[in-house]
Amino acid sequence: MSTLILRTATRYLVPILLLFSIYLLLAGHNYPGGGFVGGLAASAGLALYALAFDVRSARAMLRVTPTTVSAAGLLIATLSGLPGLFKQLPYMSGQWIVLPLPGFDPIKVGTPVFFDIGVYLVVLGVTMSIIFSLSEETK
Amino acid sequence: MNLLLAPIVLPLLFAILALFALHHPRAQRALALAGTGLLAIVSVALLLSVRAGGIVAVQVGHWPAPFGITIVADLFGAIMVVLASLTGFAIALYSIGVHDRARERHGYYPLLLVLLMGVNGAFLTGDLFNLYVWFEVMLMASFVLLALGCEKPQIEGAVKYVALNFFSSALFLAAAGLIYGVLGTLNMADLAQKVAAVEDKRLLTSMALLLLAAFGIKAAMFPLFFWLPASYHTPPPAVSALFAGLLTKVGVYALIRTFTLIFPLEPTFTQPLVLWLAALTMITGVLGAAAQMEFRRVLSFHIVSQIGYMIMGLALFTPLALAGAVFYIMHHIIVKTNLFLVSGVVHYLRGTGELKQLGGFYRAHPWIAILFLIPALSLAGLPPLSGFFAKLTLIVAGLQQQAYLIVGAALGVSLLTLFSMTKIWGEVFWKAAPGRPEPDAPPALEPARLRLMIAAIVLLAAITVVIGLAAGPLFTLAMEAAGQLMNPQPYIEAVLGGAP
Repeated sequence: MSTLILRTATRYLVPILLLFSIYLLLAGHNYPGGGFVGGLAASAGLALYALAFDVRSARAMLRVTPTTVSAAGLLIATLSGLPGLFKQLPYMSGQWIVLPLPGFDPIKVGTPVFFDIGVYLVVLGVTMSIIFSLSEETK
Repeated sequence: MNLLLAPIVLPLLFAILALFALHHPRAQRALALAGTGLLAIVSVALLLSVRAGGIVAVQVGHWPAPFGITIVADLFGAIMVVLASLTGFAIALYSIGVHDRARERHGYYPLLLVLLMGVNGAFLTGDLFNLYVWFEVMLMASFVLLALGCEKPQIEGAVKYVALNFFSSALFLAAAGLIYGVLGTLNMADLAQKVAAVEDKRLLTSMALLLLAAFGIKAAMFPLFFWLPASYHTPPPAVSALFAGLLTKVGVYALIRTFTLIFPLEPTFTQPLVLWLAALTMITGVLGAAAQMEFRRVLSFHIVSQIGYMIMGLALFTPLALAGAVFYIMHHIIVKTNLFLVSGVVHYLRGTGELKQLGGFYRAHPWIAILFLIPALSLAGLPPLSGFFAKLTLIVAGLQQQAYLIVGAALGVSLLTLFSMTKIWGEVFWKAAPGRPEPDAPPALEPARLRLMIAAIVLLAAITVVIGLAAGPLFTLAMEAAGQLMNPQPYIEAVLGGAP
């Protein structure tokens, strides 16, 4: 699998895939996309990297273990339910703030965004730990 | 009010923290112990607040009731959460004593906590589809716990367990789809109101029976119990003790909740059916146990037989009988977990669970023998232990309904249970060790570790004794819980906020 063409293409494709995954993640609230698909797109990028080079360098690119990524995602998603509690609302109640951006439309940021980021990380972590352990098994 | 979600969110948070500490066994153990301990305290607080202030409900995400997910705690649900949390704490303590490095590295403690989250979620949800989700959370964690370690018999047991449970999930999902198609809601309180207005009773009966089959498999009810004795003796003792105590009881809980709130048992068809199933469950379970000669297999068959008693409480369908069922569950979860934990100690000390190869345990470890005797006699229903009051209540309730057949079955099964327990007592503890006087050689246990395991057993045995001694107040509690089950109006009002 690891040919020069694939390796060269991968160097250009991986950043694009990761960027696209973040676009999907952020667009997800109002348009097709979301944390789940975004996480899958990101793991497609990393999986491509693992195919073109090897699993070890893909692991190195992720820097932390896939389990830690999933755990971080779970933590973010769990904590994203808390802010509503301070307003005497039930757990997981959505809270939004509007960030004024000079020269552009103001951005709305809310707890569902953080929940989606959590989902993104969980999907990325789980997918990568499956792909890594399967491809290490075959060697 | 926020306490209501704590039994679900707390184990999740600790599971996440334990995942971060996956390669630090010490930190993981501390987190597991702290998490389950805190969970136990919070659960007791929740029960006390529900008892003082009545049923509480939270609409998660602030979506109003029939549309969003409702988490609701009535007395029955809160009691179940307390039991699950106490069991979880004992199991965590015991697991730390077992000290299984390989399993700990592969996420044993996070799985344990996620399993507890799933169990608590199932006890507290007020939405049928959400119940399905909690079942899946619980099952996913249990699948991994069952297969973790990859020993050959474990995988064999896991395959049977997974296959049967998936089948049951499929039935549950089909029932949920049918219900949503006909009634347009899955909120249990909303369902309770809408079911009354349905003209076509046959459709309702088919929904109810689909749910009966789905939950019956999970509760190991006759005739779909065979997955349980085929799988529960395969994983490490701490895991089988956790499963034995909690998982089937989630099925029983779902049965009781469904057939009191949504489809109250009908004397023409469903009630006699469930009553027969209860009797057959009792009898087949205990007969299966009589034929077994392996410690945990005997105990596994007894789970099946005991499930029959709880279902009997539901099937008689009077406040006293339901109180009996609730009391029985309280007694059973603690006792059954404890028996499996004792079998684990025997297994770790002697390296086998075959009754024929064991012996002389009373001479070597008299204290362990006494600790076995407490739950064993309680299981058989000897006074003044917890099992006696549980069975007494059910039998009195049966006599009041003039259901003499099932009362006879319950008494006979009780006698056979005593026979099984004396069989274990005779083979493992009383008789001389067969052949060579076996030293506690293979996998030797350090005293410090053994002490932790014994501590877990002592804790549960003490709870058993307390349930027996404080049977009066606890029975009052069970009666109150049964009263709420038989009269679901306050539950419906707590969920739907009084508005129709």
